[in-house]
Amino acid sequence: MGNDLETAAHPEKLRRVAIDPVSRVEGHGKVTLLLDEYDHVHQVRLHIVEFRGFEKFIQGRPYWEAPVMVQRLCGICPVSHHLAASKAMDMIVGAELTPTAEKVRRLMHYGQILQSHALHFFHLCSPDLLFGFDSEMARRNIVGIAAAYPEIAKQGVLLRKFGQEVIRITAGKRIHGTGSIPGGVNKNVSIEERDYLLKDIGQVVAWSRESVGIARQLFEQNLDLYNNFGRFKAHTLNMVRGDGALDLYHGGLRARDMDGNTLFDHYDYSHYWDVIFEDVKAWSYMKFPFLRSLGPETGWYRVGPLSRVTQCDFIPTPEAEQARLEFLAFNGGSATGATLGFHWARMIEMLHAAEVIQDLLHDPDLQGDDLVSKGERQERGVGVIEAPRGTLIHHYKVDENDQIVRCNLIVSTTHNNQAMNEAIRQVARQYIDGRKLTEGMLNHIEVAIRAFDPCLSCATHALGKMPLEVELLDVEGDRVDVLTRSSDGSFCSSD
Amino acid sequence: MKDTFLLDGSTIPFEPGQTVMQAALAAGHYIPHLCYHPEFKPHGSCKLCTVKINGRTVASCTMPAETGLQVESGIEELNALRRSLVQMLFAEGNHFCPSCEKSGNCALQALGYDLEVHATGFRHLYPDRPLDASHPDILLDFNRCILCELCVRASSEVDGKNVFALSGRGITKHLIVNAESGKLSDTDISLADKAMQVCPVGVILPKRAGFSVPIGERRYDQRPISAQALDDAPRQTDADGNCAACEGTP
Repeated sequence: MGNDLETAAHPEKLRRVAIDPVSRVEGHGKVTLLLDEYDHVHQVRLHIVEFRGFEKFIQGRPYWEAPVMVQRLCGICPVSHHLAASKAMDMIVGAELTPTAEKVRRLMHYGQILQSHALHFFHLCSPDLLFGFDSEMARRNIVGIAAAYPEIAKQGVLLRKFGQEVIRITAGKRIHGTGSIPGGVNKNVSIEERDYLLKDIGQVVAWSRESVGIARQLFEQNLDLYNNFGRFKAHTLNMVRGDGALDLYHGGLRARDMDGNTLFDHYDYSHYWDVIFEDVKAWSYMKFPFLRSLGPETGWYRVGPLSRVTQCDFIPTPEAEQARLEFLAFNGGSATGATLGFHWARMIEMLHAAEVIQDLLHDPDLQGDDLVSKGERQERGVGVIEAPRGTLIHHYKVDENDQIVRCNLIVSTTHNNQAMNEAIRQVARQYIDGRKLTEGMLNHIEVAIRAFDPCLSCATHALGKMPLEVELLDVEGDRVDVLTRSSDGSFCSSD
Repeated sequence: MKDTFLLDGSTIPFEPGQTVMQAALAAGHYIPHLCYHPEFKPHGSCKLCTVKINGRTVASCTMPAETGLQVESGIEELNALRRSLVQMLFAEGNHFCPSCEKSGNCALQALGYDLEVHATGFRHLYPDRPLDASHPDILLDFNRCILCELCVRASSEVDGKNVFALSGRGITKHLIVNAESGKLSDTDISLADKAMQVCPVGVILPKRAGFSVPIGERRYDQRPISAQALDDAPRQTDADGNCAACEGTP
């Protein structure tokens, strides 16, 4: 499973087609396809071509800086990194969060889920979904959506705006705030701030409900396409609450194989490395995590909304739970394994986030004054959160001088690395193999990638292990020599 | 009748012995500055407070006030020079405001905003300056030092401890800790020292306190540094020893 089409036997004889950059995703990546003279596909790879290196330059910094610094990984869902790092630092300072601190953080996180899911569905993907994958390219963007479907575009913008306002009130800024600190939060939610959000929450829940309806309609109207596009079976990983409920802020890890058998459940994430390991490949800056019990070849898995909504036992808010049951029952459950099922699951989560925000806003603990706690200082801290794109792991080691000496980040998109590669290989087989290429066909590849809502900029951290390739070109641009450093650090030249 | 001079056309009264800076601040007129502090002898090193007097550029923090002086400060020619000075300070150290716990309370950052420094201007030097986290309660992040010597002066003149000093010359000049090991843990500095309160940037920090003040409540969130001139004008400690000009009082 998985490695078919990863590496062509004789790449030198094949024609290279690149989708560079992949558009309407966060970060920078490219897809390369190697085709033979009959347009048969021999190799498909999603490459991550940017490099960040936060794991390295956080070393030496004081631990209380991590939640603010590391969130700079991303401008789309910085709250996820802000909170995952904070949770790790809660362990470092030995804190048990106060009710106010936990609820303010939850509010921040679900505001983040709401805005990120709205951004992805409406701004990034709706052009594909509403116009068609190979529709006119010039129109296939949010401006085109605003012209053709002004009400949907407006809802998308305002849903995102509401989520950003929740973040501003809890974190201090819409992007890159400082609200969450080791052991708690630095502010509560005032009555005025609560009332400001309450006046719009009813509309936000209603729009989120309608958004689930749009996702369902897409499946109903294009059942064959939506069921089968880039479809593949995968193991799953996600976090669940102690009672099995969907919980995007805290819980234990649950992994199931592609047949639904449980590999581990309610696993204490503070020892994640006993069940998850990361592989490095020579052609991408992004690491390839796998489930240890299954090994690197077959142990890759899928995270994110589709895994969470299908693998939780229930969603603890009524409208989202009803939507989940309808999703599971739709056409005999076919949408639950479809790559495009991500969109439907994402909208169910957005509805859940809106409901959670509504409930939290009525909770008087938000106005509490007991914001920070601490206990016995620890050397190691692990924070895990279900970010919009999937399970996010932050792991730090802090020395006796309060300086970070080690950091490991396994970002949601990194978990999905192999799954995304598998999805685009399926699409290449389905839509490209043996045909003359068109822009619309190549967009099918991007549609498959976008379904995962990848954040490529967040997911590139393999410093010290990163493979490098230096090309020497002559004045005509022809390659004279190439020097390659492989993932094990060894160098080889073409000579 | 008091002696006066003119600052950007406004009449500024002064007492004998006052500098142009002291008289201007006391009268509620802000002149940009970083290394000036009312409790210490003028230093004249940052040059942000440079003004034009009768056509000559001088540091207003060291220039004695005199009757009849024609002082220019808020003119574009000088503000352009000040912008360049701030840009050079940013380029010389490692000032990463996005993750700095002093952000919102930092005089250098506030000056940058106030002077409308919109670009880096100079190639960053990215010096390698490891932290000194050896002290159990105090962190030194040398990356942000602007060599104002306020901590040196505070530790020497107020605390009587001589914890800090500058070493080297020219571009290699840097802040050091006066201990055989060079480590802060081997000094007798304490959180209550004046040296803990005077750093205008994020070098001398109480540990485990970063980001505890929410955005919106930090010193420069509500009003720019120039608008706080009147608050700072007396710039003396009150009966409890608190100083309106100081940040980071533990």
